[in-house]
This record gives sequence, C-alpha cells and structure tokens, in this order.
Amino acid sequence: MTESGSREDVEIKLSVNGRPVAAAVEPRTTLAGLLRDELGLTGTNIGCDTTSCGACTVLLDGRAVKSCTVVGAQAHGRSVVTIEGLADGDRLHPVQRAFHEHHAVQCGFCTPGMVLAAVSLLGSAPGPLTEQDVRLALKGNLCRCTGYHNIIQAVLAVANTQAVPAVSNGDE
Amino acid sequence: MKPPPFDYHGPASLGETLRVLAEVGPHGKVLAGGQSLIPLLNMRLAAPAHLVDINRVAELDTIAAEPGGVRVGALARHAAVERSAAARAVQPLLGQALRLVAHPVIRNRGTVVGSLVHADPSAELPAVLALLGGSVRLARLGGEREVAAAEFFTGPLESAVAPGELAVSAFFPALPERSGTAFCEVARRHGDYAVAGVAAAVTLDEDFRIAAARVACVSVGPVPVVADVTEVCGPRPAASVGWDVDWDAVARAVQDRIDPEEDIHATATYRRHLTGVLVTRALKSAAHEAGHGEQGEL
Repeated sequence: MTESGSREDVEIKLSVNGRPVAAAVEPRTTLAGLLRDELGLTGTNIGCDTTSCGACTVLLDGRAVKSCTVVGAQAHGRSVVTIEGLADGDRLHPVQRAFHEHHAVQCGFCTPGMVLAAVSLLGSAPGPLTEQDVRLALKGNLCRCTGYHNIIQAVLAVANTQAVPAVSNGDE
Repeated sequence: MKPPPFDYHGPASLGETLRVLAEVGPHGKVLAGGQSLIPLLNMRLAAPAHLVDINRVAELDTIAAEPGGVRVGALARHAAVERSAAARAVQPLLGQALRLVAHPVIRNRGTVVGSLVHADPSAELPAVLALLGGSVRLARLGGEREVAAAEFFTGPLESAVAPGELAVSAFFPALPERSGTAFCEVARRHGDYAVAGVAAAVTLDEDFRIAAARVACVSVGPVPVVADVTEVCGPRPAASVGWDVDWDAVARAVQDRIDPEEDIHATATYRRHLTGVLVTRALKSAAHEAGHGEQGEL
C-alpha cells in the first residue's frame, strides 16, 4: 500500500468471503470491478455505476455498500462479503433460503444486491420489522422486473421468524 | 472501470493528509464517503488528477455531542450520526434530516461533512447547517479556520473550501429550551433529490408564544435559502394553545425570498407553491414539537 500518489497499480490486501486476497489494482478500479474482473466474482452485478440501482451491493466490514462507488484500493485491510460468500457450503443463508421459498427472484439481476442489503438490514435491526421498514431499507435496490412484493415478503419472513446469523467479517 | 485515471493517495494521519493536499493543490479532490464523487467520476463529469482518500484517518471519525451542539468529524457516516442517540438528543433536526438523505445503503458510506462540502442545493444537510447557523472547520497545512454556514455555501456545488484545505468537522448548534424542529420535503421517490424541501426551527417563550421561527429551503436557489419569519409568525400562541398564526402570510413571506428554477421535474411556479405548503407544514410541526414537552402544564 503506497501512501504517495501514483497512477501505478496499488498493492492491496483484503479479505474476500473470509479468504485473504492480495491484488494489484489500478487506482481507478472500483471495488465492483475488482471483484468481477480481477477476482472472477461475477455475482456482484453492475447496473448503473452511479449508486442508483443497488445491483452491486456487497458487505464491507459487515455493512452494505454499493461497490460501484468504492474505489478498490479503499478495500485494503477491510473485509468484503459478496453473494458468493453468503452460503455455508451447501447450506443457504436464511435470506437466500427465504428468497427461494417466496419466489423472490425473477430475472435475478437485482437478487445479489437485494439479498446483501437485506442481510445488512437484518444484522442491524434488533427487533421485528414492519413492511414499511423493509421497503425503506431496500429502496436503493431496483428490481426492473418489479418483483418487489415477494422480495419484501421473503425479508419479512426471515426478520420475524428466526435469528439471522451474523455474517463473518473474515477477521476471525 | 469507468472513472478517468487519477493518482491515489491513502494518507493515514491528518498531518499527512494536509501535506498531500498542500502538494496537489487545485488538482486534488478529497475522497470521503464517495457517494457523490465516485458517481461523478463514473459519469466522467469530474476528472481530478489526484484523489486523496481520508478513509484511513481514524481521528476524523468522530461524533461529539455536547450541550451546546454536535460536532461531526469528516469521516462520520450518515448512518453513524443517525444512530447516535446523543447526537439526536442534542440536535433532533439531524435525525429528522438524515432519514431523508438517499437511502440506508448510501448512508452507510456517505459522510455528513462530505454532503456539506458537496453543497448540492437540493441536499438536506446544507439546509440543516444553514438553518442552525452552524459552521465548518477547515484545516490546511499550518492552520485552520472556522467558516460560518452563511459564508460556507457559495453556489451550486460550490463551497468555501479552498485548494489545499480539508473540511475536518462541522458544528451543528443546539437550540434553546422550548425549541422544536422539522424537515419536510417532496421528492419524486423517497430519498431522491427533493423537488422542494423545508427545514424549520421554532422556539417558544414562557407563555408558549412563538419567540423565534426560521426556515431553510432546498432546491429553490443556488444555496440553501434561510428566512427568519419570527416577525410574521409571532408573538402569537403556538401549537399547544391554538393556531393563531397567519400561515398564508408566513408562506408568502418565504415565497418572496426564493428564486426557484424550472427543470424536467417541476416548473418554477410549482416549486414556489410546494415551498409555501412545506413552510407551513414544517413550522407547525416544529412548533408542535417545541410545545409538546410542557403541554400538560397549560
């Protein structure tokens, strides 16, 4: 990690889905670009590149962020969880399972971002959630199939029926 | 990989940040939450030669709530201030406004001070700072200055931050006892840029008459438009003892002060109309909140 300015590649080390990763990134590479193009984690979708759509949402140190507006070099020393890192082996994360059970997926493009925004919401909300809570929390995630109803139902089902395991931030 | 090329600087301390900013001068841009800057880069609307990332400067990640007000450091995220019960207790308008800023995932990343420096005329936080008469502390290599809100916002997307300077914190003053606040806005979608919006602060006297009333309007001028409407409002009884205020006159007084522009979302006339409606709504809500705590004693 160089501290002086350089247009040359920046050496970074981070945790991605619990595994240590070292990479050399061009400064202008966004975190979304790093994940997709350098690390091959194409579950993180890029819809708009301007924070509008939420398809690129990942967890950065446990909180949902839009990876199209984080510079890859900023992930140095941080932990990132993408949709690929959410399941525990073959066991889906409760939010993934709820999306499956409630048919909260249509074309699937928005799904990774929706799931991770929901995981972040459930991790930060102590008590039961109302439909309005969920709608407000997911309003930065667009579904152009307009399949919001089942997505909201899926998140509510998890919120109000079971404890959601915290997502490891990879530091342990 | 959409942004234009830039040199990346990742200083780890405030001193080093100021040295880098002094070095790069007008060619440098500070990267805090990046929720406005990176989209601007991705859209190629900005192409700074140097990005100075302050996310490693832990000493800037502070929220200090004291009886006199809340000082928010340059790295405090919207979500952190929103969650801070101490900050909301000292200055409730912060929580009222932050709820309206974009949406939760953006608030996880975006910073309060970054919003102020970005100085979008449709943004909520500049209006909050302007309404409260707050200030922004600017540091540079070898010195610092505190700039009052009235001088800080100099135009659309323009602030008083000079090349080589870093906005290290912002101060949101508390209001006197028997004060209430509100933030009302109309946006095409919740969290989207406000078509019009009004922040209001009302202070009542011991007889629950309006002793001070101010509003700050967004999206109707190049910077937040602050109007003191105390004279038009009072001194008349407020929320708890009836609405003896000529609200139409108050709305007109503010409408006379603004200069809205037309865009694809709203005509200037519609923005003026909305502002009048929101002025009334926000002031009533603020006055109600101001009187609420002691209503039982009347």
